[in-house]
Formats: sequence, structure tokens, C-alpha cells
Amino acid sequence: MLVSAVCLPGIFAAISAEPILVGEVASLTGASASFGQSSHEGTELAVAEINAAGGVLGRPILLITEDDQSQAGQPATIVRKLISQDKVVAVLGEVASSKSLEAAPICQQNKIPMITPASTNPKVTEVGDHIFRICFIDPFQGTVCSKFAREMGWKKVAVLTDVKQDYSVGLTECFMRDFTANGGEIVKEQKFSSGDKDFKPQLTSIKAARPDAVFVPGYYAEVPLIAKQARLLGIKIPFLGGDGWVGDSLLKVAGSALDGSFFSAHFSSEDQSPKVRNFVETFRAKYGGMPDDMAALGYDSAMILAAAIRAACTTDPAALRDAIAATKDHDGVTGRISLDERRNASKPAVILTIRDGGFHFVKKVEP
Amino acid sequence: MSRPRTLLLAALALCAAGSVFSGSINPYYHDILIMIGINILLAASLNLIIGHTGQFSLGHAGFMAVGAYSSAWITIAWGASAGWLAYLSALFAGGVAAAAAGLAVGVPSLRLRGDYLAIVTLGFGEIIKGVIQNAEPLGAQRGLGGMAQHTNFFWTFACVALAIYGITTLVHSTYGSGFLAVRDDEIAAEAMGINTTKYKVLAFVIGAFVAGIAGGLYAHFKQFIHPEGFSFLRSVDIVVMVILGGMGSTAGVCLAAVVLTVLPEFLRSVSDYPWLPAPVRELAENRMILYSILIVVLMLTRPQGLFGKLDFGRKKP
Amino acid sequence: MIEFLQQLVNGLSQGAIYALIALGYTMVFGVLRFINFAHGDIYMIGAFAGFYSAPKLLALAGGGPSFAGAALVLVAAMALCAAAGVLIERVCYRPLRAQPRLTVLIAAIGVSLLLENGGQFAFGADPQAFPEIIADSAIDLPASWGEFSLLTITVGQVIVLGSTAVLLLALRAVVLHTRTGMAMRALSLNPLAASLMGVNTDAVVSFTFAVGSAMAGAAGILTAIQQPSIDPLMGINAGLKAFVAAVLGGIGNIPGAALGGVLIGILEALVVGYISPTYRDPIVFAVLIVVLLVRPSGLLGKPEREKV
Repeated sequence: MLVSAVCLPGIFAAISAEPILVGEVASLTGASASFGQSSHEGTELAVAEINAAGGVLGRPILLITEDDQSQAGQPATIVRKLISQDKVVAVLGEVASSKSLEAAPICQQNKIPMITPASTNPKVTEVGDHIFRICFIDPFQGTVCSKFAREMGWKKVAVLTDVKQDYSVGLTECFMRDFTANGGEIVKEQKFSSGDKDFKPQLTSIKAARPDAVFVPGYYAEVPLIAKQARLLGIKIPFLGGDGWVGDSLLKVAGSALDGSFFSAHFSSEDQSPKVRNFVETFRAKYGGMPDDMAALGYDSAMILAAAIRAACTTDPAALRDAIAATKDHDGVTGRISLDERRNASKPAVILTIRDGGFHFVKKVEP
Repeated sequence: MSRPRTLLLAALALCAAGSVFSGSINPYYHDILIMIGINILLAASLNLIIGHTGQFSLGHAGFMAVGAYSSAWITIAWGASAGWLAYLSALFAGGVAAAAAGLAVGVPSLRLRGDYLAIVTLGFGEIIKGVIQNAEPLGAQRGLGGMAQHTNFFWTFACVALAIYGITTLVHSTYGSGFLAVRDDEIAAEAMGINTTKYKVLAFVIGAFVAGIAGGLYAHFKQFIHPEGFSFLRSVDIVVMVILGGMGSTAGVCLAAVVLTVLPEFLRSVSDYPWLPAPVRELAENRMILYSILIVVLMLTRPQGLFGKLDFGRKKP
Repeated sequence: MIEFLQQLVNGLSQGAIYALIALGYTMVFGVLRFINFAHGDIYMIGAFAGFYSAPKLLALAGGGPSFAGAALVLVAAMALCAAAGVLIERVCYRPLRAQPRLTVLIAAIGVSLLLENGGQFAFGADPQAFPEIIADSAIDLPASWGEFSLLTITVGQVIVLGSTAVLLLALRAVVLHTRTGMAMRALSLNPLAASLMGVNTDAVVSFTFAVGSAMAGAAGILTAIQQPSIDPLMGINAGLKAFVAAVLGGIGNIPGAALGGVLIGILEALVVGYISPTYRDPIVFAVLIVVLLVRPSGLLGKPEREKV
């Protein structure tokens, strides 16, 4: 209350109570729909909570969501629509780095701030000073995985990379660099492309190399099939992966095949902090299922934007940009988030393990 | 001065006049306008291959990819100093590179026809995509970005006017009637002494050239290109424009390109109007379902295409 | 050596799936001379038919994964796909039979897009976990086989290969030894002459769609047994590869479709295992183009003479 009292424009705005328009570009259908829908639900939940608490600057937030059907060429058009037709003050999204890379130049040219909840490719925020991210980047996550692998005492690791995803290639590079620099050995490098269903050829040659563990920085659609087929081929060692594993269908498809495997992620729903408990409860009440990383990141992206609007006391994009850039120690559900001078988030990662059909917290890795 | 040439000059003048205002129109509509221009180029060039020459091709997005990537690579290599001259030469080079790819596809077409040709062109499109996906200098799976936004209203529609003028005059010339002869009856054409080989390869080369230009325009408009944007589904989109417009009818195909570009965006805006009844909005939100139903229904009710035998530069008989 | 053999086994079981789907392409092409673009999506429909019917049918067969249950699911999916195939032909393709083939092709593309987008709407865009209808596990090979006992062959692979072989033989028997099969062959040889000889074209076309779609439905279930993750877009890639297989073998030729499917499956496994998955599609298509340049009607297809 005290904060909003300081904001004079807020008081005037409260009289008119015209909504603040925020754009969201997400893959609600198509190949990456699972991520897009999750982050959309998280974003939507955050906006609902903000509005229930009276909005920001006394005005409600109106979220305008457009579906890009996971198709190249769409995000640029959508962002143009959001900015010029709907006149949004900021854009939230996309999850996939290749889509964010398409949307970012348009936001940058129009000087509209854009916050991507989950694009981990370093290039995204390099597009310009209006592009932000609230997740950690690929090199950090690769190093976290490698550090964890060494702590587990694994000496020989095989890697299975999704070469169709820059995310996976980036994670693999950083993992291998750190792992070999610290005395580990990569005994086999194998590749697949997202959309593949049969991984027995790659697994066959991995099995022949006898590793201690397999690093699979893939996505939730392929990882459970990889694990299942690996168990069939008699590969019993643990798998290790990144945040791409998180998705509704991972455990449903994998059954028990991924038990005893580990992955790095943004958030653990087992976190006992009141903030996370509250988020998990309201999310379940609204959507039924448990929130995943993408939902948590979507939630935080909207919350950080709202906090920045409050701090700027205005929705003027230039002031808003500065306020977002100044984000420090934001207490989000995915941890304490600060944005550095390159507009990347500095925040902890968590390592989760899979057991009894659920994700369980193992440890937190600070940056 | 002949009538088509007058029309061309008028169209170019219109482009120049339009470009004066293009800065002041809403960038979203501007985006749709440019995409209309690019899709017209793609559809009209594919129409030369399918509609006029009767060679079924499912790899048009591949030619577009060649044009997009080669032109983008050139302007990026040129660096920050790349002005409109660099841009135009890059566009042209992209067209030439695509034409070379068209030649490579056109040659097997001498031995194959119908569905076999369809699968081979589809295969070439996938091979082009696959090569890009493995080419590090082109960004491989990451996609390629960093081109400046050179493409504007004037260049896009100047290309459209030139391409349509070129294709229409070619097809309507005495020389160009060979294309139609190949389509209507290849054996009879050959018996009449028409070099069918030459015409088929020529259709692929010219069609690919124009598609390559369209790719270059696209790359310098969106400023980020990704191999997945040139997949087989993109080729299918272009084929649908040609068939819906009415094969061989340049004007019809251009109209279909306009309709099929605007329609999805129109449906997108329909779902934004809160005063519309909920079922209508829900239907509009699932616009891809609507789009596919539309294709089936149109084929069932108007198999000759949406705009039948409409054509440029020809008086009604 | 053992790794190479393992890749062959892996490729063979994938190739069997392609072969089953390719049959539908090739049979429809044989009688109607057109590419049924929506065929790959029928395969997806088959998988989802199994997904929704499996819990009830497994309970009917005594609960739990079992051979009987799996067989019931397979038959149910085949029946549903056959009905879907016949319906699609009746509503979308038959009215266009007199039109140029391209028109029908576009209608088929429309149907394909409809099934994919409608599928995302009805089933959700997320991958779904296919229920375990039969316990898939590795088979212990006898140690007396020496080095070969190190090969991994799974129950799923054996079922896929076995079912494919049975279905192929059954189809062959139908085509060669029944009146409907004879009518199908007559229609593909010369449609006009066949109808003059009293072949009921509509009935034969419906039958062809039913059989081809049932095969695709079977492929959907057999895939889901091995790779229990299904999604509404799963038919695009499988359909494309099966189409390539059909053309490679000589489109319109049933043994050719089977041969093409197996060859594509093995080629893919070898490229993925020894080169890189990024080269899989380019190499598959390059091989296809080379084969077509040498043999324009595919491996087993008869060269067609253009009649004046």
C-alpha cells in the first residue's frame, strides 16, 4: 500500500482502472505444446493472483495470449500484432529459444521489453537491451550436471544428444568440457533428433562402450522412450539430464524405467517454503495437475513484470525496461532471481531424482 | 507500348506510391502485407511448374530455403555496411542459387512423371533442409539470425510485379505456349517437335529462381530463419494456394495466396472480440481445424479452384 | 559384428512398421492412381483407438497385459481404422473421382491436416503414454549361441515381425485367391475394362481403403507396443517414410511395399547407428532418388508404357 501511495500516476490510473495490456506468445499447439501450455498456465495464474490483489498501479493486468502453433515464422508476426495492434506494454514468452530468437528482434526494434521465461540459449538476450530472461542459461546447467556427475563418482559417461535442439547441443558441449577437464572420460557420443521414436541403434552402441551413466539432455517426449528401450536392451545404469525432462508425459510414458535417474531443473514442487507451497496449492486448485518448471517460470515471469511495473510507477516501456533490468533478489517460486548486466538471471538450480513415480529433491546448486 | 508493359509500369508506380505510406501503416498489417507479397511470389512461381507445365512439385519450400539462406549469408558476410545495393545483389544471388537447385531437380524430372516426380521433388526439399541442418556456417539447427531488415513494401511488391509480368508474358508468348503443350499432352507435344525436356527444366529453373527471391525477401524481413520453417509442410501450403487458386490461372493463384495469408490472421482476431458468442470464438481459436475443413469443402464444391480460369492480361473469350 | 547385427534387428522391426503403412499407400495407388496423403494419420488414429479401448478390452481379456488382450486391442484398432478409411473415401474422395488427380490429392492433404489438428484438439497436443497391453521385455538367448547370445531381441520386436508377416501373407492370399482380390487386380490393370466386365468399382475401392487402413491401424498398435508414447502428429513422419518405402519398392506393387519398408528401416538404423541422425532423412531421400533414376518405376514396379 505504501509503495503504491508513492506512485502518483497509479492513483490517477486507479480512477480510470483501464487494464494494463501484456502480450504473451506461446506454443499452445504443435510440437512443443506441452511447454507452451504449462508456461501459459503459470503466467495466467500469476496474472489472476495479481488482479485478485487489486492489480498493479490500481489497474488490472489483461493478458493477451497468441498461439504460434510451434511454427517458425509465426512468433515475429504475433509479436508485431501484440505490439502494434493490441499496444501491449511488454511481451512474455516464448519458451523455445528458436521462437524467442525470432520474436526478440521485433521487440527490440519497437523498444518493448520482452521477458522469456525459459529460453536458455545465451544468444536470446544478446539480441538487445530490451530482451530479458528469468531462467539460467545452458552453460550453467551443463556445468551443474557435470559437477553432480563427478560427485556421484562416475568416471565414464556416454552422452546422447538431441542434435535437432540447440539446447541439447549446448548442454552437451558444456557438460563435456567441464567433465573431461576434471578427469572424467566421455566414452561414447551418440545423437538423435527430436521426433524420433526408435533409439535402439544409438543405445546399442552406447551399451558396447560400458559407461557408468548416460547424459541425455533431451526433452520429455523422447527421454522416457530412450530410458524404456535402454532397459530392454539391458542398460541398467542411471541417466542424467536437464530441465528438458520436465513434462507431464515423462513419468507416464517411462513407468519405472527412469527410477534412479537424475536431472537438473529450475524448481522443486517439494520445496517447503510458503511461497512455493502456496503456488503449488493454487495451481492444483485451478488446473488439477502439479505445476512443472515451465509453469513456475511462467508464473515468475509475470510476477517479475508486475513488480517492475510497480517499481517504475508507470507502464512506459522505457521506464519499464529499466525497472526490469534492475530486478534484484526477486523472491520467486524458482528461487531468488537477480538479473545481471547481460539481462540473464543469476539463480540456483536444483537436482531432482526420480523415484516411485515422482520427482524428488536431491540438492540445490548455487551459481 | 504493349498493354502488359503499361500495366507493369503502373504496378511499379503503385509500389513506389504505396511505399511512401507503408511507414505509417500499423506494423502488424505491414507484416501481413509483406507475407502476402512473399506468398504470391511462391504461389505464382509454383504455378508455372504445376499449373502451366503440369509437373507436380512438392519441394518448393526447399528452393525458398536456398534463396533465404544464400542471400542471408551474403548480407551477413557483407557486414554492417550492407546497403540496399548489397541487399539487391544478395536477393539476386539467392535467386540464382535457387535456380541452380531447380536445375538439379529439373533434370531427374526428364525421366519421371506424376507421383514419382512428386516424391523426388519432396525428397530434394528434405535433402536441402537436411544439408542446412548440418551446415555450421548456416547456423545448423540453431537457425540463422543477424540480417538487417532490408525488405520493405516497395522491394516486395516490385518483385511481385516483375515476377507476375515475367511469368504471364512468358506463358502467353508463342515460345511459352510450349509449357502448356507439355502439360496438356506431352507425347503430342513431342511429336509436334516441341523440345519437352527444355520446357520442363526451364519451368523448374524459373520457378525456383522466383521462389529463391521470395526466400531472400523473407529472410530479410523476419531477420531469423530456421530450417524447420522450410519443411515439407511449407511446400504443401504453397501447393494448396496453387490448387485453390485454380491451376494455371495466375490471377486466381495470386488471389488464393492473398486469401490464405489473410484468413488465419483474420481468424486470430475473431477470437479476440469478447462480444462474439463463445462457440464462434472457440471455433476461431482452432483455426487450423477450420482451415483444413475449408480445403476439403472447397475441393468438393469447387474442384476447378476458387477462382476458376481467371487470368491476367487475357480478355474473356 | 554383434553391434552390426543388432542394428539390423533394430532396423528390421522399424522397417516392418513402415511396410505395413506402405501397403495402404500402394493398394490405394493401385486401384485409384492417387496418393492418399491422409494415410499416415490413419496410423495415428489406430494408435489412439488402442489408447482409448485398451483399458476396457484388457479387462475383458482378464485384466493385465496379455496376448489375448493385445490381440483384442489390435483387432479393435484395425476395425476402427478400416471404418475411418472407408468413411473418408466415401465423403471426401469419391465425389472427386472424375476430377484430376491433383484435386483429390489436395482434398487428401486437407483430410490429413484435419486429422492432425482435430487430433490435437480432441486428444490433446501432449504425448500420451500408451498402456502396456503386453509385457515387453528382452528375450534371453541361449548361451550356446556363443557371440550371438549377446544380441538383444525384445518380445515387442518379435510380435511386430510376427504380426507383420501374418498380415502380409493374409493380404497376399486375399489379393491372389479371392474374387474381391481379383477385382482389385483387374481395376488396377484397366479400370474401364474392369467395370465393363461387371466389377463393382465403388465396392472394390471401399474394400481397398478398408484393408489398407486396417493395416495402418495395426501398425499404430504395433508401434505403440514398442514405443509407448503416442501423439497426434506421430503420423507425419511415419507416413512420409512409408510413402518413400512404397515408391522405392514400386508404387502399386504389394511385395514392393513390403520390401521398400524393410529396406528403409534398415537403412535408417545403419545411418543413425554409424553416421548421424541428422543425415538420416537426407540419405534416405538421396537413396530413393538414385534408385528412381536407375529404375524409374521403383525396385519391383513394372515400367509403365505411355500409350498414345
